[in-house]
Amino acid sequence: MSERKTTNVEVRLPSRMGFEKVAMSTAASVAKLMGFREDRIEDLKTAVAEACINAIEHGNRLNEKLSVGVVLSAGEDSLEVKVIDDGTGMKKQPAKPDIDRKMHGEEDPRGMGMFLIQALVDEAEWVSGSDGRSSYVRLVIRLDKEQA
Amino acid sequence: MQTETKSHVDQLTSPAGHAVTVLRFEGDIASTSRDAVLGAYQALPKSTVKLILLDFTKVDYINSSGIALVIQLLIEASNSGQKVYAFGLSAHFVKVFTMVGITKYAGLYPGQAEALAAL
Repeated sequence: MSERKTTNVEVRLPSRMGFEKVAMSTAASVAKLMGFREDRIEDLKTAVAEACINAIEHGNRLNEKLSVGVVLSAGEDSLEVKVIDDGTGMKKQPAKPDIDRKMHGEEDPRGMGMFLIQALVDEAEWVSGSDGRSSYVRLVIRLDKEQA
Repeated sequence: MQTETKSHVDQLTSPAGHAVTVLRFEGDIASTSRDAVLGAYQALPKSTVKLILLDFTKVDYINSSGIALVIQLLIEASNSGQKVYAFGLSAHFVKVFTMVGITKYAGLYPGQAEALAAL
C-alpha cells in the first residue's frame, strides 16, 4: 500500500462576524496551490465561509473569548476542511430552503447556509464531540480527474 | 472585517421607454448590509417606482445573510407590485442565486444593457 501524503494548514478565528473571510481566503489559497479549477475554488470559498459563520454565530454564540478552529488537510486528490467550534452541534438538519415559502412569509428568509454547504462541496458532515462541548463540520472537495 | 456596503440609486429609462430605478451596491453583502440593501430599497417611493434593477457589479462577497436580505427585498417588492431584476453577478453567484431559487422571482442578466433591453 502506498503512503498518502497530507499537508495541514490551521487557522484560528475570533468568534466575530467577518473573520470567516480569513478562512475563506486561506482555503482558496490552498485549493489554488493544489490545482483546483477557479469555479470549484469559488464553491469552496462559499462553503467554508458559511461553515465558519455557523460556528461563530450558532456554535460559539458570538462569544469572542472562544475561537473557531479551521483545519485544512490537503491530500493528493482532495482537500478536507474541518471547522471546529465549542457548541454542542446540531440536533437535526434543517429542511431544504423553499423560496416559495420564503416569499409567502411561511419560512424565515435566512437559513440557507447549510443547504449551500451541502450543495457546493462533495462531502459535508456535522459531528458532535463526544464530550458535548465541541463540534465540527467536515467538508471535502475533490480534484476532478482532468484537473488532478 | 467586513467591507462596508455602499449603495446608491440611479434613474434610467429602458429602450422601451420604461422608467427604471437602479440600486447599485458596492462592497460585501452580509448581515451588516441591512441599511444599504433594505434601507436603500425602502427609501424608494413605492407609488412611482415599479421596475427595479439591482446592480451587483462591484460586489465581491455575498453570504447567506446577504442573500436573505435580497429575499426580504424581493418579498417587499412583490407585495408592492414592483418587479425586480439583477445584473453584474459573478458566474458563481449566478449559480448560488439559482440554487436558492431567487431566479424564480428576479430575472438575472449579465450586464445593465442586457437587463434594460429586456424590460
